[in-house]
Amino acid sequence: MKIHEYQAKELLKKYDVAIQDGIAIKKLSQFDAAIKKLQSRGINQYVVKSQIHAGGRGKGKLFNPKNVTELVLEGGVKFTTSVEKAKEYASKMLGNLLVTHQTGPEGKIVKTLFITEGLDYKKELYLGILLDRAVSKNVIMASTEGGVEIEKVAEETPEKIIKVWVDPAVGIQAYQARELAFGLGLTGDAFKSFLKFIIKLYKAYEQTDASLLEINPLVITNDDQVVALDAKMNFDDNALYRHPDIAAYRDLSEEDPLEVEASKSDLNYIKLDGNVGCMVNGAGLAMATMDIIKLAGGEPANFLDVGGGANKETVKSGFKIILSDKNVKAILINIFGGIVRCDRVAQGVIDAVKEISVKVPIVVRLEGTNAEEAGVLLSKSKMNFEVAMSLKEAAEKVTSVLAK
Amino acid sequence: MSILLDQKTRVVVQGITGGEGSFHTQQMIEYGTNVVAGVTPGKGGTKIFSLPVYNTVKEAVENEKADASAIFVPPPFAADAILEAASAGIKLIVCITEGIPAKDMVNVYNVIREKNIRLIGPNCPGIISPGKAKIGIMPGFIHKKGKVGVVSRSGTLTYEAVKQLSDLKIGQSTCIGIGGDPVVGSQFIDIIKLLNDDPGTEGIVMIGEIGGNAEEDAAAYIKKHVKKPVVGFIAGRTAPPGRRMGHAGAIIAGGKGTAAEKMLAMKKAGIHVVESPADIGITMQKALKKIK
Repeated sequence: MKIHEYQAKELLKKYDVAIQDGIAIKKLSQFDAAIKKLQSRGINQYVVKSQIHAGGRGKGKLFNPKNVTELVLEGGVKFTTSVEKAKEYASKMLGNLLVTHQTGPEGKIVKTLFITEGLDYKKELYLGILLDRAVSKNVIMASTEGGVEIEKVAEETPEKIIKVWVDPAVGIQAYQARELAFGLGLTGDAFKSFLKFIIKLYKAYEQTDASLLEINPLVITNDDQVVALDAKMNFDDNALYRHPDIAAYRDLSEEDPLEVEASKSDLNYIKLDGNVGCMVNGAGLAMATMDIIKLAGGEPANFLDVGGGANKETVKSGFKIILSDKNVKAILINIFGGIVRCDRVAQGVIDAVKEISVKVPIVVRLEGTNAEEAGVLLSKSKMNFEVAMSLKEAAEKVTSVLAK
Repeated sequence: MSILLDQKTRVVVQGITGGEGSFHTQQMIEYGTNVVAGVTPGKGGTKIFSLPVYNTVKEAVENEKADASAIFVPPPFAADAILEAASAGIKLIVCITEGIPAKDMVNVYNVIREKNIRLIGPNCPGIISPGKAKIGIMPGFIHKKGKVGVVSRSGTLTYEAVKQLSDLKIGQSTCIGIGGDPVVGSQFIDIIKLLNDDPGTEGIVMIGEIGGNAEEDAAAYIKKHVKKPVVGFIAGRTAPPGRRMGHAGAIIAGGKGTAAEKMLAMKKAGIHVVESPADIGITMQKALKKIK
């Protein structure tokens, strides 16, 4: 699960991590009160930050959602010392479409702003914590190349990334914090400030079951303090049950509405751009089925794993979700019945198609227990089914259906 | 021959009285697995399918000489169940449970790594030595006793590959689903080493998917050490980056872990990489004919 910057900072504050603080607003009418609050803390320079679930906000562009060619503002993150200017930025961000290199051309509507203090700093660094799957340990990555895409640094100058791996039995050690601080070339007060910062940050990562904690940039202020200017946190979905406070941060409006709808029926759906919908049991087989569609000359319109118990209800919800995508020209159902019986799945498919009147051709491939009985049921139904007995045949039928 | 599991392996089922646990215990017994006991804390002293149920794995080991465990325990308690089995001296632990927090698995992995324990899973279909025994949830009937080892990150896609092999009368020595999570007890390389050393295994099918670099590691090992024919497939060529494709581990992050990279590494290692998952069986058939 992803959360917004302002939410991540709220969490980090609980762990006493030094952050660039601010106030989140959802309406322009809340702007004046937010600025007053900041001023009462002695703050007289501001940053207006768009809150969306995507990176590259600073270099992004804001467009009018009603007329997407109309450029409203360059930059989704703006610094200013003027309250009037800050308000103008806020009015140009809220409700408009922010397009960054991560959002794709469709962009995302800005629904929340984070109005923060504007810090004076002399250095930008990078800090990230995540699970290193190769060794099954958490790795802390730091780099002097802050403020830029870390993937680029990793690609072009990998020697500029310092890594330490944390042994889960003992947690982060002081020598590891020093190793990072020395590696970043820190000295004096900045060095000391970093040691405290990284220990607290790691604790926040660990205790919240985060799957990614990225501070980019981490800055050294003019008075040698280490502060998180930005904060990105992702969480392990499997662990959300033990963090109801974090689960409450979920912003459904940032997610694809079809995917949200699917998750309500316990379906794992991801929308793609193709023309052939698919419905499969099991994640690996679902990916393989998408690959087959591509090899057959189509483009997969989605990933959809209906899980272990493929029955009439799950198949029905699956159809509804796939068909709400108007690009879908054909559907491939691929179910490997191990414990679940294929004839039951077939009956479920027939009932569902009858109930919601599916117009596009459906290639059905059922394999496993009672597969033959299932094939007979489908053929007898006199509906728009193309029955395939093997994966190869399924691919061929997809090709021929698309050619029609 | 087979690896890790045969009809003599003495299996204890943790979570035997739960819905999944009891259903699959019955299936495992029907297939021929030597299930000797169950464990459900608080239900010690009772019986299920005329098997004794114990409160702890330790008691099951002491009284029934259990040496392998099947875990069907809900996600919040599964990591603890693995550690309990490890502490009781179980050498083969198969964890079926899906949805265990990664943090819990990081702790478990680093504890058992030092010990001589083989953990399969979590979030996996399990292990089967056809004609002998199975620990897991795979349908036994699609398998056929024989000489090809299968290792995969997935469930139903493994069944697909196995079915293709069996339909071509190519039997299997042992088939293992290592699981789709970012942290799993056994990686491809661990299983491939065992299959390579098994004189009863003549060929290996390896089915990977996007995410991580376990397939690349295995390819490097195969290039150096494995003379048996290996057929490989990677699921997720059409998956977009940054999206988790069902399995918690199936995600292309930071441009790494793509199917194209993995397939290239595997091809360079001399693995027969198939473009279509429909060609796994037939490609193994051809590869086996060549060596004969």
